[in-house]
Amino acid sequence: MSTDRKKAGKTIVAVLAIAALAAAAWQIRPLSPAPWTKAEIDVLRSLWITSLPPLAPDPTNAVAANPRAAKLGQQLFFDTRMSANGVVSCASCHQPQRRFTDGLPKGQGVASSKRNTRSIVGVAYSPWLYWDGRKDSLWSQALAPLEDPNEHGSDRVKVVELVTQSPEYREDYEILFGVFDPAADGAIDTAFANVGKAIAAFERLLMPSPSRFDDYVEALLDGNEDGQAAALSTDEILGLQLFIGEAGCTQCHNGPLLTNNEFHNTGVISFPGEVPDKGRVAGVREVLADPFNCSGNHSDSAEAECTELRYARTGAELIGAFRTPSLRNLENTEPYMHKGQFNTIAETLRHYNEAPPAMIGHNEAKPLGLSRRQLQQIEAFLGSLAAPLAPQIL
Amino acid sequence: MLSRLTWFAILVLVLQVSVLAADTEREWSSRRGVYKISFEAELDPIEINKIHTWVLSVRTLTGDPVTTAEISVLGGMPLHDHGMPTRPRVTEYLGEGRYRLEGMRFHMNGRWEVSVTVKADGKVDTAVIALDL
Repeated sequence: MSTDRKKAGKTIVAVLAIAALAAAAWQIRPLSPAPWTKAEIDVLRSLWITSLPPLAPDPTNAVAANPRAAKLGQQLFFDTRMSANGVVSCASCHQPQRRFTDGLPKGQGVASSKRNTRSIVGVAYSPWLYWDGRKDSLWSQALAPLEDPNEHGSDRVKVVELVTQSPEYREDYEILFGVFDPAADGAIDTAFANVGKAIAAFERLLMPSPSRFDDYVEALLDGNEDGQAAALSTDEILGLQLFIGEAGCTQCHNGPLLTNNEFHNTGVISFPGEVPDKGRVAGVREVLADPFNCSGNHSDSAEAECTELRYARTGAELIGAFRTPSLRNLENTEPYMHKGQFNTIAETLRHYNEAPPAMIGHNEAKPLGLSRRQLQQIEAFLGSLAAPLAPQIL
Repeated sequence: MLSRLTWFAILVLVLQVSVLAADTEREWSSRRGVYKISFEAELDPIEINKIHTWVLSVRTLTGDPVTTAEISVLGGMPLHDHGMPTRPRVTEYLGEGRYRLEGMRFHMNGRWEVSVTVKADGKVDTAVIALDL
């Protein structure tokens, strides 16, 4: 009897040991990635930076592709004189060394702004600007912070005076837009819009460059196995599989910039001590009423070209919805989300894994039920999207 | 007697043919069978994140063009419980039961349903066009 018991005991111990080892191996040793299906390869190609189409012209901005305007815009972007206290420029929040973000939950100009500073790399591809899309062109967006009492705190009269009268800008301004005539109808508003158009011409040049992920896709399409192995680790490939598969990230983070630039409520909790932000539902009302929108007097386009604005959707479904950010180059751009609610990518992924009910509106995302290991793999993959900023021609 | 394998082969063939037929089917009957609706998208294949135009064709069950339709279009993703990112509208009647529909845009891959509601001669009916993008 006792021998039998001992045998049974040994068997149980052995089984437990094997189970424990298997569990440990599951956690430590990644499963080797399966070969990609044709459908998956199509998705990978769609995310590849080489699939990014040439930037479409901006019919609302006649100087959008003008190098002189871009050069003027770059100077204005860094000019602190366009602020109430003389120390705030666009670059105070959009810091080039931080991928044009600032490392803060909310932007800090002359006071604290209302939302997190978004990266502006590749932003020229978006039909909407800001987290809530309350602007529909780069140039119109560039005007708002100048007069926001929390950001630059300046006003259009002072801005126009600086750009049209100061010796370093006057010549460029006049070549681009003509001599400023203060007596003309709406002269200040027109010149103010022109300032935005020059800044927009600069911002259109801010593009991401290829990342290790892009090298991987290129090697995959070329059938170059060494190139694939050199570009991504096994964990990163497993994370990529989850990203385009089980985790459903590409439902919103799609296309070569890994964003659909659309508005989604993903149940992110409000900033501590604040009521939940209404997001797009308010933003769309603002952009439709904005005198500097695509169909306004200061736009260089014909009304017929304003298709996004004309067919913009309104309504309750957009409560608490915010514009999907690009996932290229997340490094050094924390904290994340519209009010910087999450300090790390891991925290952000945990949020999507749980998909809690939204405080207002409804959370479109569904709980993912991924393991901690799988979340780490997705995080590893996201790291492979890091790349230096594309070189500037200015 | 046909062998089991032959029956299986026939079954596979029939299934494939019906899938192909469904794939090329470009006409949708409205729910109560009042109208037949088809569309041509400016983008072929339809790509996500690109605003574009459709031309809708509306016919009666007997194939006559419907020339005085009031059309409203709503789209969405049932799985995600949300609508389209745009509010498309019919902007022009092109003749022969054809209507220009502007402002179509889809922003996610997956199953979309586009509901086309037609009102003509006091008869209202809706066709649901399912798209897998």
